Amino acid sequence: MSQSDVLLEVKNLKKHFPIYRGVFKKVVGYVKAVDGVSFSIKPGETLGLVGESGCGKSTVGRMIMGAYRPTSGEIWFTPPDGSGKVNLAEMSPKEMKPLRPHIQMIFQDPFASLNPRMTIREILAEPLIVNNIAKGAALEGRVRELIELVGLKVQHLTRYPHAFSGGQRQRICIARAMGLYPRLLVADEPTSALDVSVQAQIVNLSLEIQNQMGLAYLFISHDLGLIRHFSQKIVLMYVGKVVEYAPAQNLFVKPLHPYTEALMSNVPSVRPELVGKKIILKGETADPINPPPGCAFHPRCLYSQEICSNEEPKLRQIGPDHVVACHFSETLTLNGCDAFGCSI
Amino acid sequence: MPPLLEVDDLQVHFFIDEGTVRAVDGVSFSLEQGKTLGIVGESGSGKSVIGQSILRIVPSPGKIVNGRILFQMGPNDVNEQGIIDLVTVDAKKSLARSIRGSEISMIFQEPMNSFSPVHTVGSQIMEALLLHSDLSKAEARNQAIEMLIRVGIPQPENRIDAYPHQLSGGMRQRAMIAMALICRPRVLIADEPTTALDVTVQAQILALLKELQEEFGMAILFISHNLGVISDISDDVLVVYFGRVMEQAPVGDIFENPLHPYTQALLRSVPGIDTPVRTELATIEGSLPDPLTYIVGCPFFGRCNECGGNTVCRDNPYELTKVGDRHFVACPRMCVKL
Repeated sequence: MSQSDVLLEVKNLKKHFPIYRGVFKKVVGYVKAVDGVSFSIKPGETLGLVGESGCGKSTVGRMIMGAYRPTSGEIWFTPPDGSGKVNLAEMSPKEMKPLRPHIQMIFQDPFASLNPRMTIREILAEPLIVNNIAKGAALEGRVRELIELVGLKVQHLTRYPHAFSGGQRQRICIARAMGLYPRLLVADEPTSALDVSVQAQIVNLSLEIQNQMGLAYLFISHDLGLIRHFSQKIVLMYVGKVVEYAPAQNLFVKPLHPYTEALMSNVPSVRPELVGKKIILKGETADPINPPPGCAFHPRCLYSQEICSNEEPKLRQIGPDHVVACHFSETLTLNGCDAFGCSI
Repeated sequence: MPPLLEVDDLQVHFFIDEGTVRAVDGVSFSLEQGKTLGIVGESGSGKSVIGQSILRIVPSPGKIVNGRILFQMGPNDVNEQGIIDLVTVDAKKSLARSIRGSEISMIFQEPMNSFSPVHTVGSQIMEALLLHSDLSKAEARNQAIEMLIRVGIPQPENRIDAYPHQLSGGMRQRAMIAMALICRPRVLIADEPTTALDVTVQAQILALLKELQEEFGMAILFISHNLGVISDISDDVLVVYFGRVMEQAPVGDIFENPLHPYTQALLRSVPGIDTPVRTELATIEGSLPDPLTYIVGCPFFGRCNECGGNTVCRDNPYELTKVGDRHFVACPRMCVKL
C-alpha cells in the first residue's frame, strides 16, 4: 500500500490524563485513557471503533479532531490538496485551522449539539462563513443544498432546534458536518440516543452520503450489530489498548481474542437454544488508572494462564490484515458470532 | 389458578392544556408466577406508563381513566386477602404503600437517579425492610448484606456503607436489584434496567435476574426498547405502539413468525444476521402520530407497508384478535400472512 492510499494513520497514540490531589495539585497518577492505539483509514472507507464505556474510544475520536492534545503518538492526515501528509498531533491550533474542514464530527446527543438559540439556517451557515466557503446567494444556495441532502425541507431552515425530533436533529448535525466537504467524518455513537426505526433512517442516510461523496468514516460505537453493518475494518479496544484489529467479516466470523468472543456471546441471542452458551464475564472492566499487570483482560479471561498476568501481549499480525494482542491466538479455537446465534 | 397480575383494558390519559394524551389506550395482559412478560416499544409508546400504573405512580397530570389491574395478594399479607383491584386502591394510603416494595417492586433505567445520593446504599436497602417488617436494625442489616451477596457485589460488608456515587454503573444496578428484591416481592417491574449498561454488564444483569427469578419464583414485567434483550429474557412478548398492543405472543413466535406489519418492520430495522452488510436497512416511514389525536383504527395506519392507505385500517375500530395459541394481533385487515 503506497502512502497516498491512506487518508488517516494513527500510530501508537496515547492520552494520559493526570490526576491531581491535595492543596498543591500534585499529580498522583494518570488515567491511561488511550495507551498505544494504531490504525489507518483509507479514503472512502469506514473504520469501526468499538469497545465498552471507558475503553477510550471517544478519546481517540477527540484527539483526531484536535479537541485533546495527545500525550504521545502520531496522527498522520493526508489533505486532499496533494500537499502531502501532516502530523496533526504536533500541530498548533493555528496550524490546524485550515485542515479542520477536512475532518468533521457528529455526536451522540443531537439535543446537546445544536445551539437552541440559532435557527437551522444559522447553524448550517456558520461553518461556511467561519471558513470563508461561501457568501451571499452562494451561501444560501449551499445551505438549501445541505438541508435537502439530509432529507429535510427548505422551509425547515427558519425553525429552531426544539421543533425537531431526535432523528431530525441528527440529520441537521450531519448536514452541518457535510457543509465543508470533509474527507473524514468522526461519528461518535451517532444513533445510540435514537429509536431503532429512526436509527435505521440515520444509518441509511449515512451510507447514502458516504457513497455519494466518497468520504471516510471513523464510526465509534458500542453496538456490535451496527458496527458490523457499517464497517469494512474494525478496531476493538479494551482499557485504552487495541485488542483486535481486523476486517469486519474476519472479526465476526473468526475472532482471535477471547474478549472479542465474550463480547459476541453477550449480544442478545435470537435463538433461545443458544442462550446457555453465553460467556458471562466475571467482574468489571479494569481500572484505567491502575490496569492489571500483563494482559489487562486476564482477570476476566476464560483462557488465562500464568504468562498472561506477567507479560503484556504485543499486537501481532496473524493472518492477512488481522492483528491481535493475545499470547494464545494461534492455539485457541474461539467461537464467532454465528455460533452464539447473535441477533446481529 | 388465576394469574398473579391481570391487567384488563387499562387506559391512562394525560390531561394537558393542549388536550388529552392517551398514553395507554386499552391494554390487557396477564402475568403468571415465575414468568417474564416483555413489553417492547419505541419511545413514546406508553410502555413505561403501563409499569407505573401497576404501582400507581403515574406522574401528574396522568390518570387511570378506565380498566382494572387485578392483583392476587400474598397469603401472608396482613392488610387484604384474595384478589384486589389496584386501580381502586388509594395511591396515597397505606394499602398502596404496603404493596409497593413488598409485593410489587420496580427497578429503573438509571440507577444513579433512583438512589438518594446523600444516603448510603445499605440504609436505602434496609429502609424497605424496616418499613415492611418488624425486624430490628441489626437483623435488617444482616439481611441486606445477604442480599448484596446474592446479587454478586463483592465485599458486601464494606459496600453496604458506600454511597451510590462510589459504585460503578453495574454495581449500582445490582444494588438497585437488591433494594427491589429485599422484601421478596412476587412481581418485579423492570423498566429498561440494562439500557445504560455495556453489553458484558447487561449480560451479567440479565443472567442475575433469571437466576433470582428461579430462586424466588417472582414474575417479571420487563420493559425495553431493545428487541434482543426482550428475546433473551421473556417468555411472552407484548409489542406496544401508540399506547396500544399491536401483537402479543410467546417469544419464539414474535421473533420467528411476527404477524403484525409493525412488529415485522421493527425487526427488519435492526441489522440482523441475514442483512447484507452496508446495504440499506428497512425503515419505518414517517413518525409517530401526534399524541393529542384520537385514532379509532390502527395507529400504524399511514406508516404501514401492507395496508397501502386502505381506509379500512383507519376506520375499523382497534381490536386485538386471537390468531393462535397465545398469539394475538391487532391488524384490522389481517394483512398478516397466516
